[in-house]
Amino acid sequence: MALLEIENLKVYFFTRKGPAKAVDGISFKVAGNETFGLIGESGCGKTTVAMAIMRFVKPPGRIVDGRVSFDGSDLVALNAEGIRGLRGKAISIIRQEAQNALNPVMSIGKQITEIILEHEKVSKDTAWARAKRQLSLVGISEQRVKDYPHEFSGGMKQRAMVAIATACQPRFLILDEPTTGLDVIVQRQLLESINELKTKLHLTSLLISHDLSVIAETCDRVAVMYAGKIVEEAQTVSLYKNPLHPYSKALIGAFPSLKGTKRKLKSIPGAPPLLIDPPAGCRFQPRCNYATQICTSVDPEIRERDGHRVACHLVE
Amino acid sequence: MQNDDLLRIEHLKKYFPVRKGFLSSAGAGKKSDYVRAVDDISFTLKKREILGFVGESGCGKSTMSRTILRLIEPTGGRIIFKGTEVIGLSKRQFKPLRGKMQMIFQDPFGSLNPRRTVADTMRQTIRIHRLASNREEEASLIHRALEEVELKPAEQYWDKYPALLSGGQLQRVSIGRVLVLQPSFVIADEPISMLDVSVRIGILDLLLRMRDKFGISFIYITHDLVTARYICDRIAIMYLGKIVEIGPAENIVHQPQHPYTQALIAAVPDPDPTVEASQLPIKGYVPMTTAQDLQSCRFFPRCPYAENGCRAELPTMTEVGEGHFVACTKIASQTV
Repeated sequence: MALLEIENLKVYFFTRKGPAKAVDGISFKVAGNETFGLIGESGCGKTTVAMAIMRFVKPPGRIVDGRVSFDGSDLVALNAEGIRGLRGKAISIIRQEAQNALNPVMSIGKQITEIILEHEKVSKDTAWARAKRQLSLVGISEQRVKDYPHEFSGGMKQRAMVAIATACQPRFLILDEPTTGLDVIVQRQLLESINELKTKLHLTSLLISHDLSVIAETCDRVAVMYAGKIVEEAQTVSLYKNPLHPYSKALIGAFPSLKGTKRKLKSIPGAPPLLIDPPAGCRFQPRCNYATQICTSVDPEIRERDGHRVACHLVE
Repeated sequence: MQNDDLLRIEHLKKYFPVRKGFLSSAGAGKKSDYVRAVDDISFTLKKREILGFVGESGCGKSTMSRTILRLIEPTGGRIIFKGTEVIGLSKRQFKPLRGKMQMIFQDPFGSLNPRRTVADTMRQTIRIHRLASNREEEASLIHRALEEVELKPAEQYWDKYPALLSGGQLQRVSIGRVLVLQPSFVIADEPISMLDVSVRIGILDLLLRMRDKFGISFIYITHDLVTARYICDRIAIMYLGKIVEIGPAENIVHQPQHPYTQALIAAVPDPDPTVEASQLPIKGYVPMTTAQDLQSCRFFPRCPYAENGCRAELPTMTEVGEGHFVACTKIASQTV
């Protein structure tokens, strides 16, 4: 059974120029213990999906339609108190450039115990002992529990964020561009400790990234987003080896590798559309090499094909 | 100096003083120590060559590029551009050279004036360097540059303000602005790291075309070995202010010699989901400062192969293949 199930989720931002359809009717399921990847360019709505799951969407944004079922209950329908009980406890998020999310005037240990004491009836001593264990779990020495964020390097701050997010042993962890802004070696070290934690804590996670290679190394299934919609979803290996949607194909074709002989890459012409005024029909159609008459008028439905879910008129 | 050498850098150094003590931020206190951001770097850039500098944040690659263009003054060393020593030239003497050595910045949103249209931005460059003698000439220069960076038709972009353009288009304007000057070499400092994945390759291909068509040399500064391999002829790997390895791009990628280069390559994730991630051969983090005068290999505290000898002496460059140099004491002792 799926732990998280998103059905026809729509999040619009109501601006003076009209609604920007940041997430426009997407559906996907994440099974227990699975790592699900959401890939797309900036502005495609992938972070908004994460915000909607956590119910962090603020005006002028609003969840206008859809369901987010987590373990059977609908998060969209929960009241404020209900969602607070889940945040940090059952579902946690590590946000983009999380380093800046740490409180600079509070020690790391204090920030970990804060979340434990909020959700669980334990003594302060127990909470501090657990804070130390969390730190060593992410590879930081327990002795640094009283240190402040400025005493940590960028990679360590990011690890501290992981320690905070997993302090209450959540079942579901959202990682929104967890490695953006980190150097490759630090990125690798962080991904390794996240992978370790996932096995230890039996975590189910949603990883959001624009980096195809980070997704390739960590995810079981992946969905490709473009301009507020999912254009293709499949098992990671199948999607990378046999992409069906022209956008997935183009993205993979535009991504360089260190391995093998050097190959010529092809960029995708044009730029992603503005979400206030998306093109008619298929949203990728103005940049698509294969677009035909029907693509410019009818928005393609998502359909099953060779184990992929794909939204394209040209896929038979 | 060989004929096709465009730029020669010798023992370039840039030290920033670290002031300690009371009122240190106000400039008081003793200059007790230095951060050696660029420490004794030498290389040559050939005509029509793209040389990549790859390293983690804080390794000094951006400081190096700013020093080469004299945006900041070096602490020591020589910068020889087309046979002319650049350091020590007065502002007036330097100005004609400035147009020939240009830079493309990382942030296209921040490096263009939001209150100037595309044409205004380019017009400013043309006027400062007195490239045109009348309005028509000016317009045709702008027109040609815009078409060259594939902002076609040029009229459509002429009166646009930066807010109306995408990141990729803005970066093309930055490249176009540099192009009107017909530079000999351009330093591109992380030119694509803030752009969308789908447009990055387009910008890199544009740089390659500038090289092929106009013979412009590039110094490509990046933290991303993968894109460096894509456009560079040679790659230099930097660690804490020093070049640890330099050589032909394919050699660096396929036969890395320095333990740090090997670690960098092992850390790069592969876009093939069937490939198992390789083990990272090093532990720990880049040390925060390099304030002490280390007479030893900078990488030795993290190096899996380090021996006592590495602590005792400063590694020098050893040639391990054609044009492929490594600064590692252990490799040097093996090749002798």
